[in-house]
Amino acid sequence: MNPKITIIDYGIGNIQSVKKAFNFLGANVSVSEDAGEILASDAVILPGVGSFEAGMRGLKVRGLVDVVKEIGAKNKPMLGICLGAQLMLSEGHEFGIFKGLDIISGKVVHFPDLANKEKIPQIGWNKVYAPGEVFWKGTIFDSIPDNLSDFYFVHSYTLVPDKKDNIFGLTNYGGHKFCSIIRSGNIYGCQFHPEKSGKVGLEIIKNFIKII
Amino acid sequence: MKNIRIIPQLNIKGTNVVKPIHTEALRVVGRPEELAMRYYEDGADELLYLDIVASLYQRNLDFELLKSVAENIFIPITVGGGIRNIHDINNALRAGADKVAVNTYAIRHPEFISEAAKEFGSQCITLYVEAKLQSDGTYEAYTDGGRERSGLNVIEWIRRGIDLGAGEILISSVDRDGTCKGYDLGLIKQITAISSIPVIAHGGAGNLESIEKVIKDGGADAVSASSIFHYGDFNIGNVKDYLSKKSINVRI
Repeated sequence: MNPKITIIDYGIGNIQSVKKAFNFLGANVSVSEDAGEILASDAVILPGVGSFEAGMRGLKVRGLVDVVKEIGAKNKPMLGICLGAQLMLSEGHEFGIFKGLDIISGKVVHFPDLANKEKIPQIGWNKVYAPGEVFWKGTIFDSIPDNLSDFYFVHSYTLVPDKKDNIFGLTNYGGHKFCSIIRSGNIYGCQFHPEKSGKVGLEIIKNFIKII
Repeated sequence: MKNIRIIPQLNIKGTNVVKPIHTEALRVVGRPEELAMRYYEDGADELLYLDIVASLYQRNLDFELLKSVAENIFIPITVGGGIRNIHDINNALRAGADKVAVNTYAIRHPEFISEAAKEFGSQCITLYVEAKLQSDGTYEAYTDGGRERSGLNVIEWIRRGIDLGAGEILISSVDRDGTCKGYDLGLIKQITAISSIPVIAHGGAGNLESIEKVIKDGGADAVSASSIFHYGDFNIGNVKDYLSKKSINVRI
């Protein structure tokens, strides 16, 4: 049986391209804001583009904050993308300080001033590598060449997990090294967009479907 | 150094990709689905999809066509042409766009930029500026595919657009578009000098050197071109190989 994957629709950003990618890979995917349907899924995707506060508000008004936390607590396969990954952390420092889902402990902060006056937001393709003590084998990054493939980023804020254990990938931009993938068990958050990162991005999604 | 993005542009009229030559004469190049797929396979970093007549005739762009073009393409797509309200942006996103390019309507209603940025985030809003050199050496912003004057100075308009929340600038030289005579370096330099947000240069890419120049001398964050890719003079791979050899970082 094809595992049931639900893309959580909390009214923010562009979920169409995420759905398109899962469809392309033959996944049994649907888009929903219904708590029951989300909880009954085998895996969930938390997408999103926009501000931290707007994202949390989108979840709150739909009564989904505790739903997503519960999925996190159960260690069900979950993939957060861009804002979705940021929301997994404890708090966001965008237009004020706002509480996040706190599935992984940490905060979301603005890029510092960058070398070469590199522009913020970072819009474009950049590499991702595994920190020294981390191995991607057996994870959704299994087949991804370390520090060789580029992924598509669009962001001004970055993930700062409290624990080193949750840093699963790093990226350099304008001389600043930041965490571009967070992980805790079956829960992954990517600052970049795998669904817009060409074939190598689809590879990550394919691997995610495999771990379900 | 960051990667410079290489962005093929599809100018859409009806269901075809067309090539404007000084905005008036048009040549049919091919089907958008086929060209988009070819560019994706060739390693394009993004696609620009512009309906070049939607604004002029106050029409909406063909969202069904966009949907079929976007279906199997997994890179960002920026869509422009006749975007006039939040609903249009929603429709474009639902059809597979990741960003929208606004020009004509934003010039007439600048507050639309901030309204759209608030709703979808700045990263979603590309300010598309068509610049035409005036006899006094300044550039004026044009609308409706380089047909109508706006009376706005390009540099002032871009400053305003950034303040209003645009996330990226697509600057097109009306004088150079379709000529293959090289990018208007004077124009691009003036804009990259004042822009805090990424600048995509368009109009005039004719050979590999012109692309290298607009990056190295013009300071462009991304380059867009249509003719050179449409007619197979170079494919995206050729451009990226050349730029890498010239020590410009690109996604390979």
